[in-house]
Amino acid sequence: MLLTVFVLMPLVGALLAWVVPSGRKRPLILPIVGAAHLVMTILLLADTPPPSAGGWIFLDPLGKIVLLSISTLFLVCAVYAVGYLAYREERSNRVLCMGLQVCLSAMTLVTMSHHLGLLWVALETTTVAMAPLVYFNRNARSIEATWKYLLICSVGIALALLGLFFLAYSTVVAKATEPTLLLEPLIASASRLNPGWLHGAFIFLLVGFGSKMGLAPLHTWKPDAYGEAPGLVGALLAGGLVNCAFLAVLRVYQICMASGTEIAFFQHALLAMGLVSMAFAAVFMVRQADFKRMLAWSSVEHVGILAVALGLGKGALFGALFHVINNGLTKGVLFLSSGNIHRSYGSKTTDVVKGAMRRVPWSGGLFLAGFIAITGSPPFSPFISEYTIVSSAFLQGNGGVGAAFLLLLTIVFIGMASTVLPLVMGEPPEGLEKSPYRDRVLTVAPPLCLMGVVLMLGLWIPGPLMTLLRDGAALLGAQP
Amino acid sequence: MVPFADQMLVLVMLINFVVLGSSRLAFSIRAVAAQGVVLGALPMIIHPLSWRLAGITAGIILAKGMLIPWLINDAVRKAQIKREVEPFLGYVTTLLIGAVFTALAFVFAERLPLAPEHQDLLVVPASIATLLTGFLVLTSRRKAISQVIGYLVLENGIFIFGLLLTEAMPMMVEAGVLLDLLVGIFVMGIVINHISHEFSSIDTSRLRTLKED
Repeated sequence: MLLTVFVLMPLVGALLAWVVPSGRKRPLILPIVGAAHLVMTILLLADTPPPSAGGWIFLDPLGKIVLLSISTLFLVCAVYAVGYLAYREERSNRVLCMGLQVCLSAMTLVTMSHHLGLLWVALETTTVAMAPLVYFNRNARSIEATWKYLLICSVGIALALLGLFFLAYSTVVAKATEPTLLLEPLIASASRLNPGWLHGAFIFLLVGFGSKMGLAPLHTWKPDAYGEAPGLVGALLAGGLVNCAFLAVLRVYQICMASGTEIAFFQHALLAMGLVSMAFAAVFMVRQADFKRMLAWSSVEHVGILAVALGLGKGALFGALFHVINNGLTKGVLFLSSGNIHRSYGSKTTDVVKGAMRRVPWSGGLFLAGFIAITGSPPFSPFISEYTIVSSAFLQGNGGVGAAFLLLLTIVFIGMASTVLPLVMGEPPEGLEKSPYRDRVLTVAPPLCLMGVVLMLGLWIPGPLMTLLRDGAALLGAQP
Repeated sequence: MVPFADQMLVLVMLINFVVLGSSRLAFSIRAVAAQGVVLGALPMIIHPLSWRLAGITAGIILAKGMLIPWLINDAVRKAQIKREVEPFLGYVTTLLIGAVFTALAFVFAERLPLAPEHQDLLVVPASIATLLTGFLVLTSRRKAISQVIGYLVLENGIFIFGLLLTEAMPMMVEAGVLLDLLVGIFVMGIVINHISHEFSSIDTSRLRTLKED
């Protein structure tokens, strides 16, 4: 019951956004819905209801981890949206406000669905709901980005549906259980399912959910969509949708683990795709002039890290789950502060944008701190998760993967630094037009709070979160 | 009723060739609509009749046979597209590749470990052939509208496979899948409209401003 309310509430907010005539008051709905959502998330995390009748809806530790990161990120983006839309009063924000909330509702449903068909529907809804938001700036570049995003993600996720059909068909052929797409019966009967269809299913599911996640070589839509979307939409794409797609991959991983025979293949595929993603990001991040595209490549890198961690398994799984949270929150800081810098300069290439610390000190500083955090430097939390993954690689005797991982991280660090440092430090170019944008509370406080959380998690992980991460890793079959 | 279902599936595969070979946009939209109607009727033929099935059939025919074609036609009208399909590859070439794909689909389906009750049906080869046709249209045409048509054919291919699984796919989920498809096409229609405004054409090969230097 509470769970139903949870999914419906943002939809009610979306309806409200449609009805409210004033473009100035409409954005205020977002933080209200966001705050209510976070409160309900915390209540549900503390006191989890039992699975629904039929087992379709259940919030397990994996879902909780993703839900917590999404809910936090959404509230921050919602507060930011109020400040951001005040600068964009000439444009109608009705579609933006509605789309954000529909997306929140669908993302919430993704985290709690244990029926893979329902999970698929919710995931596809996020794709469609986000598409108009990528096009918020209404120019030729953003329409091109929207088209690529919509087409590649729709085709990708259609292939994932075929993968789900194969999965269901493997139960039909094996006659092991009733034909079903429910997670628990699938896991219970995984070892008895038809291996041929199961193998096909895993390939299509990896390709489908991988393209939605942005794993190379299925990442081609990502730099365009992230580069052209407004900062807060970019933050939700990189920290929300990516996490939902990753959760879908985790569900597949759970079934794979239970099947016993398929896990080696799946882990090798994940390792390969993860390392290729990191390599692509490393190549394209060096001397990247467009700083929003650079963030997109950073997202390609980090989904690569997540895939590598799953591929390694065992101790790296804890790192993978912790990294889901860290990556989402840090990407939030980076996209929101980069949006501020973009607005202040009216440009997003490094030939114009220099000395951001002078022109917009708060946003510039946050961007720099976000860069330090996302590249895995202490004392921020991504350091801990990346360290866990790398040390697990060496502990397992998989030194080759560990070494490649470290090498690619180093190249990414150098590449990113060569863009970020001149952008933030130094003097703003002479003769730059004056901008109406100033750092204000509503556009700076939200990313600042996020940065605080990222710093805190780097120094101290609260007990309940630690338990949650351990339980999640245990569900994925990690040895304690 | 199995022979009749097989005849319908042959019809579906013939429509694939119509889509591949037709040079007129309006004609291929109508062909996809016809394919949607045939697919909508198929569950009624394969499974024993029930209210649930009648609902599914009506929903699919309404969505795939009427609403979606109408949405695409509307986008064509608003974007004032006059020129024809404009493939990267010639029609004859795509038709030939389509024929090879269909043949391969049959060879491949032979080798799959199907449940005994499904072995004599054309469902799996028709599904794979339609899927591959969709891919071919998607990659070989330069107009955004043609890419939407390719996406639809691909989705139809997946749908055919789903015919084997009505027990595993509850009605709510099927309705959700259909709704997502519908809204997806609706959004694509709007995007196409904006593309034609921005670029004075919906030629996706002009969508080349975003790339790495």
